[in-house]
Amino acid sequence: MGSVLVRLRNPTRDIDMRGPMTVARLLNRLDLNRESVLVVRNRELVPGDALLADDDEVEIRPVISGGSA
Amino acid sequence: MKCTVCRGPAVIDLRRHNANFCAEHFLKFCRDQVERTIDDFDMFAPGDRVLVAVSGGKDSLAAWHILRHLGYDATGLYIGLGIGEYSDTSHRYVAAFAAEHDAPLITVDLRERYGYDIPGGARAARRTPCSACGLSKRHVFDEAAIEGAFDAVATGHNLDDEAAVLFGNVLHWHTEYLGRQSPVLAARDGFPRKVKPLVRLGEREMAAYCIVAGIDYIVDECPMARGNRHLHYKAALNDIEAASPGAKADFYFGFLRRAADRFDGEAEAGREQLGRCDTCGAPSPVERCAFCRLVERAGGAVPVNAPTLRGAK
Repeated sequence: MGSVLVRLRNPTRDIDMRGPMTVARLLNRLDLNRESVLVVRNRELVPGDALLADDDEVEIRPVISGGSA
Repeated sequence: MKCTVCRGPAVIDLRRHNANFCAEHFLKFCRDQVERTIDDFDMFAPGDRVLVAVSGGKDSLAAWHILRHLGYDATGLYIGLGIGEYSDTSHRYVAAFAAEHDAPLITVDLRERYGYDIPGGARAARRTPCSACGLSKRHVFDEAAIEGAFDAVATGHNLDDEAAVLFGNVLHWHTEYLGRQSPVLAARDGFPRKVKPLVRLGEREMAAYCIVAGIDYIVDECPMARGNRHLHYKAALNDIEAASPGAKADFYFGFLRRAADRFDGEAEAGREQLGRCDTCGAPSPVERCAFCRLVERAGGAVPVNAPTLRGAK
């Protein structure tokens, strides 16, 4: 079974999350405030209702200067 | 999720505006917000020469990109702080942006020009790195703007930055600073005009602007600025924003509209009488300005290794 590869920043680390799931669900599962991060897939922004499939690779990018995710 | 304007696929939702935008209309939204800010606060006019302080981060590169897109004469100013890998990487992003957009860039390297870098200089001068850095940047911004006869210095401070500063100033009742929260500081006493054209846009919007516009920026933050208390204020405000979209904008712009002028007197009273620094000629309340004292104490300071980037592998 595949999984969504999620890259977190500051410090940079990768985790696997079982999909499929929406971006909003991913952020909820990671307990991240949606005001503080963006989700990027293949260098493109993905909105909260986008579905992340198994084998997707996404980056959760902190947007607060000095912040982490 | 569909774009509120064209009904095409949206790439971002902005809850405080109750709107979603596709890539094209999101870029237009951000540029419109900046244009409105420049007009509302009478920041500068077409034909004025604007010096944009650029660090390689999302806010300053987005500000530079937007101002140029709007047709303003915007020159970048990058300061080489000598903070190891962080400075090397941030300079690469700034230089790449300037080359790609054929944008004029002024680079001032602290060690080359003044004989110190931030890690070594801060230690030699017994200042915190952020204090030495802020003092150095302010001096170089002012000096470059005056030398180059620029009409204004623009910085990439965004809504989150300004709301967090306001939050801290209210929390601790720094009333003398509450009178200086305007996104425009007029030129005075030899200081250049300073403006913050991004104050209607939040950090999330600025990061999104860079991603959508294809602007590469340094995501890792300065390794010497960890633990900054404003990060706690930003996190607290984002918790409030998540429960009450628009709270940050209401807080900041409500203050500017309804309360800022009540603190003008305290801000003015807090300003010291300025003469000229005997060494550099910059405006200063004492014979030798704080920057020249820093240079004297830090000049020729032996470089020390800066902390590495947290995100570096």
